[in-house]
Amino acid sequence: MGFLDQFWQLTIDGLMVGSLYAVIALGYTLVYGVLQLINFAHSEVFMLGSFGGLFAARALLPDDGSVPGGLASVGLVAIGLGAGAICGGLAAFTLERVAYRPLRRRSAPRLAYLISAIGASLFAVNLAGKEFGRQNVDLPDLFHNGTVFTVFGADVSTQSLVIFAVAVAMLIGLDRLVAGTRLGQGIRAVAQDADTAVLMGVNVERIIIITFVVGGLLAGAGGFLYAMTFNASYSMGFVPGVKAFTAAVLGGIGNVRGAMLGGLLLGLVESYGGYLFQASYKDVIAFLVLVAILMIRPSGLLGERLGRAA
Amino acid sequence: MSAPPAAGPPGPTEPAGPTGPTGPTGPTGPTGPGSGAATMPLRIAGSRSDPTGSAEPTASTSLGGPGGGPARPAWHPAELFAPARLRQLGALLLVGVLAAIVTGPTGNSDKPLQAAKDSIVDVRIVLYLGLAVALWVLLVLGAQLRGALERVSAPVRAPIGAAYGRRGGPIVLNLALLAVAIVAPLVVSTAAQQSMVNDIGIYALLALGLNVVVGYAGLLDLGYIAFFAIGAYATAYFTSQTAMPWHAPFVLNPFFVFPIALVLAALAGVILGAPTLRLRGDYLAIVTLGFGEIIHLVANNADNITNGARGAFGVPHLSVDLLGIDYKWGIDPLPYYYLLLVIVIGVMIAFGRLERSRIGRSWAAIREDEIAAEATGVATLRMKLLAFAIGASVSGFAGVLFASKQFFNPQSFSLQASFFVVAVVIFGGMGSRLGVVVGAVVLQGLAFYLRDKVPPADRYIYFGAVIVIMMIFRPQGLVPSRRRRREIELAEEGIGAADSLGAAPTGGQR
Amino acid sequence: MSRAGAHRGVPGARRPHVDETASGDLVVEARDLALRFGGVTSLDGVSLRQRRGEILAVIGPNGAGKTSLFNCLTGAYRPQEGSVTFWPRPDGPTELVGRRPHAITRLGVARTFQNIRLFPALSALENVQIGTEVRQRYGPVGAILGLPHARRAERDGVRHALSLLDLVGLSHRTHELAASLPYGEQRRLEIARALGTGPSLLLLDEPAAGTNPAEKRDLAALITRIAGTGVSVLLIEHDMRLVMSVATSVVVLNFGRVIAHGTPGEVQRDPAVIEAYLGVTDAEATDGDADVTAGPGAAGRKDAR
Repeated sequence: MGFLDQFWQLTIDGLMVGSLYAVIALGYTLVYGVLQLINFAHSEVFMLGSFGGLFAARALLPDDGSVPGGLASVGLVAIGLGAGAICGGLAAFTLERVAYRPLRRRSAPRLAYLISAIGASLFAVNLAGKEFGRQNVDLPDLFHNGTVFTVFGADVSTQSLVIFAVAVAMLIGLDRLVAGTRLGQGIRAVAQDADTAVLMGVNVERIIIITFVVGGLLAGAGGFLYAMTFNASYSMGFVPGVKAFTAAVLGGIGNVRGAMLGGLLLGLVESYGGYLFQASYKDVIAFLVLVAILMIRPSGLLGERLGRAA
Repeated sequence: MSAPPAAGPPGPTEPAGPTGPTGPTGPTGPTGPGSGAATMPLRIAGSRSDPTGSAEPTASTSLGGPGGGPARPAWHPAELFAPARLRQLGALLLVGVLAAIVTGPTGNSDKPLQAAKDSIVDVRIVLYLGLAVALWVLLVLGAQLRGALERVSAPVRAPIGAAYGRRGGPIVLNLALLAVAIVAPLVVSTAAQQSMVNDIGIYALLALGLNVVVGYAGLLDLGYIAFFAIGAYATAYFTSQTAMPWHAPFVLNPFFVFPIALVLAALAGVILGAPTLRLRGDYLAIVTLGFGEIIHLVANNADNITNGARGAFGVPHLSVDLLGIDYKWGIDPLPYYYLLLVIVIGVMIAFGRLERSRIGRSWAAIREDEIAAEATGVATLRMKLLAFAIGASVSGFAGVLFASKQFFNPQSFSLQASFFVVAVVIFGGMGSRLGVVVGAVVLQGLAFYLRDKVPPADRYIYFGAVIVIMMIFRPQGLVPSRRRRREIELAEEGIGAADSLGAAPTGGQR
Repeated sequence: MSRAGAHRGVPGARRPHVDETASGDLVVEARDLALRFGGVTSLDGVSLRQRRGEILAVIGPNGAGKTSLFNCLTGAYRPQEGSVTFWPRPDGPTELVGRRPHAITRLGVARTFQNIRLFPALSALENVQIGTEVRQRYGPVGAILGLPHARRAERDGVRHALSLLDLVGLSHRTHELAASLPYGEQRRLEIARALGTGPSLLLLDEPAAGTNPAEKRDLAALITRIAGTGVSVLLIEHDMRLVMSVATSVVVLNFGRVIAHGTPGEVQRDPAVIEAYLGVTDAEATDGDADVTAGPGAAGRKDAR
């Protein structure tokens, strides 16, 4: 089959994966917005959230291996999402407290933060490997996965639909949070000018920790969604992490809507590219995209700055 | 894993500093605009240079010690139960539990929490919690103890410090270290000798190279091992017709591959660094990270070029047949060890000269104030690229040695290996040549010591923890470079910078 | 000091105060510089000319665009409009706009910063050495192998740096850390570092800020001495006493425009200047030079970049 025959199927797959990238990318972008810092350990937050959601959902599944249906499915997905989000949020909170905060308190140079994050990441990955084994872990089906409807001859499965819908809901929710609430105002204020925000009575420390946790909640829930299609494993965070970062840069790091756009675009590019080239080099595509943006338009499609664009 | 007492005692040695009580920088303070602005909110939120601690609006929280305790003249037992102290105890207990889990049994995904449970519900937990409490008591009594410790250690440290400070002193010290390095392999087992070559020697060399990037130029390269891979695969390509499916039409002596690998790796570094270094410094980290992963991916998947995951077999050992000298390195690790020792010392001397040259000074200038460096005529971009290329070429060089010494496969070039080199540099002391070599010795020595006690992959848990702990408590490393330590201290007071990644986080912008 | 051949035809100046007939040997000429940040206009068609060997002072209230002007001249900012022509010693005119700061420094334009920017953890000598080594060519191989030309360059750099430390009166501080020097000495060290780059034009951004009267007198002498060696000095300064004592001519900026240009005496009597500083035309202000110092411009500091 040619590329054109597959086009719509690839588009649907790309959008699904892309929406996940977007969800993870928000974590990078939010933290970058307020701290001007790449949170290298965000991929591990995603990984831990994924495990949390997976284990929670699996613990509640019937033992006989039957696939639940109806309300039970909805409940399981919701619990998985919730558990994933909580684990992700907790992981992000711990990360901020342990790896970043002590450095912030003595205003360490930027290099120290990057290195500290690398250390935390190394710690988390391998601790997860030790605790949960180093094999892939499957999430059993939580619902009957069939074709819901077709678009131009391409199947849209229940799973794709669930993932895409939940991801988009989270994206919209976050956009509202940043654009429309008092908390969002605080986040934007810190992102724009932390010094002035302090003078205006914004509790910067609180905003920073909330930003981390919000990013963690999203990444954790995203991790659970990811585990529904792919597997979970201790080293699962790295590749989606780099891709989500690419998505964030593509859209303009620090820019919430940019991250969303970047995620979806990257998902599509990768889906088409993976079909046109060799699938095993799929991961290379994202990296090439990253380098290309950095060379051509380093401020991303929608420009940087959380404060201005959100 | 961490409970920094850092915020607690302002430290008796803390200089009053140029900082007035009114603000971090006086109206005409010598602070860069970026960094000065960036540190503003941090200082308000509790900083070291506030000598009272009590003036802080948001005082210490769980992980930070309570400000000012030791500064008071008399210590009162009631302080033991101050909320901040109790939070500190809580944090330490959590760290104890975590340590128990880390050192506990290995689990699997069928019973995800079983391993953690087994670790905690065990007699060992008593030991860990006991240690946590003991550590807490130590911290609480820290000020008193520190004074006592100073009195005890001062007589010991003074002569060493003096020896180091005096001209010629370092030479004596260095000679002693050299003697140890020469004799050490003769008194250990063969397994240890192998480790001294493959792990310590190679990683010392790698760390010396990465030190140029991280320590001198103040940049972060997370794909450093990719250049190592380039060197190793270049060796397989040029020296053997059988090691990989793809090979050169001629066969070279591995010694001739050294310059080739050097140039190839440096070239790769320039191609990668040139577009990236124009941007924010932290982008370099993620681009190199991606690059490292791609090299690893290609090495693993390109079966008909690199032999894929099976790796390259039968790369010939080093050999010399020149001017009547005919020598072949072989299975015995000792000759390799001494060759590496010579190379490592040579590189240390070379980089020492580089550091003291105009190039090294330019790097220091870029780290400390990039805008001022640029205004003083330092071609910042070119100097950063130079550091990046030099680092890469050392990695490529080490790759040739590695490939000649032993069989390799793509696993040798994993991301974790890159991180490990970073850990070595950080632990040893970035910017310090002796430091990074000591870092390689200690961390790889630790790895060797743990080899039967802990599964190999689990060692990275400890390395990760070591990195974080070093960053929190001793960012200058085990054997710090004097200049780097000063830079870090000054940067934390808001004077200048200590890397070339831009202003410190939170609000800082360039 | 004036050198034939370096001078090119210069379009007629626009300000009535300017001595149109002075066709001296120019060192730098800025034409119609415009610099905007979003909606904020920092420079609005600023033109100025400086003759070689001249000490030209740029004064004006805070936010008038003085430091922005410096940043355009040194390449830290790129103005949206206008051009900057610079006549390095032996060569013909060179356009500066669009060049990177280090390239401009190498051409012969050195600067200091309003809020001192030394390399704090380097010694005084090393700070100046960075400047004196700007045009040295030896590379990593020369440095590592200690090749003769590298050693020679290194020695020359040190010697030159030591002589500059002597010039600014910091010989006794040679091996001390820059951050540990007293404030006034840091200012002088920064000047030495800038001189190390071998400039034909030296830009000093408020060199007297934060110094005491004795230090100001030393500074005035130092600036005069530097100009005496053939280096043209472009000076931003709020201290009128200093400006009046060293400057050969003065340019006054306000709201990103040149509002006056002339000798110190002329500028001091210019009603537009008095109004800019005090908001009113007050005869009192013309009497004492110190009164102008006390104007709004003296308060607060602004980033150099």
